[in-house]
Amino acid sequence: MSRCDITLYALSTCIHCKNTKEFLNGCNVEYKCIEVDTLDGDERQKIIDEVKQYNPRCSFPTIIVGDKVIVGFREDELKEALNL
Amino acid sequence: MMSVEQLHEMLKKTQEAKGFFFNKEKKRVFELLEGLLINKERYGYMCCPCRLAASDREWDRDIICPCIYRAPDVEEFGSCYCALYVSQAWNEGKIATDVYVPERRPVDKIFKPT
Repeated sequence: MSRCDITLYALSTCIHCKNTKEFLNGCNVEYKCIEVDTLDGDERQKIIDEVKQYNPRCSFPTIIVGDKVIVGFREDELKEALNL
Repeated sequence: MMSVEQLHEMLKKTQEAKGFFFNKEKKRVFELLEGLLINKERYGYMCCPCRLAASDREWDRDIICPCIYRAPDVEEFGSCYCALYVSQAWNEGKIATDVYVPERRPVDKIFKPT
C-alpha cells in the first residue's frame, strides 16, 4: 500500500488518536498523519473541511484507508480495511 | 505551570468525592492529563483532549473537562468519552470495558458558526 493510501486525521492530545497511531505503527504500514489541533487559521479550516467530507461530525481520529473511512479507534475495522 | 502529578492529585480528590474515578490505566490517565495541561496553555481552558476546541471558552463550555457529557456517559457506559473518568464498577471489571463511548456532543455544537 503506498504512502498516500492511509491518512490519519488526529488531535495531538487525543488518546484514541494515540492508540490508533500505536496500532498503525505496529502494523508496519506507512500513513500520513495530520494533527488538526496543531494547525492554525486557514490551514486548520481547510483540513477541518476535508475531515467533514469524510466524517460530518468531524470527530477524531478519522482514518482514511483507500476508499474506506473509519471513525474512532476501531481495531477490527482497521484490520479489515488493511487486509490484516 | 501545574505539573501533571499536581493536577492528578487535585482532581483525584475532588472528582472521586463526586463518584467519578480515574481510569485504572495510569499511563492513559497521565497522557490525558498532559493533554489537558497542553490545552490550558494553548486555549486558556482545559478543553477535552479528545475533541477539537473552537478556541472560545464560552462556545466550548460544554467540553471543558470534566465535560457536561461525563455524567450521562459514565451512567450509561461506565466511562466518559476519553475514558479518563470511569465508574468504580468499570475499574473493577464488573461491566464491559471494551465499549467505544460514542460522541454525545450535539452536532450543532461541534462547529461554531463563523
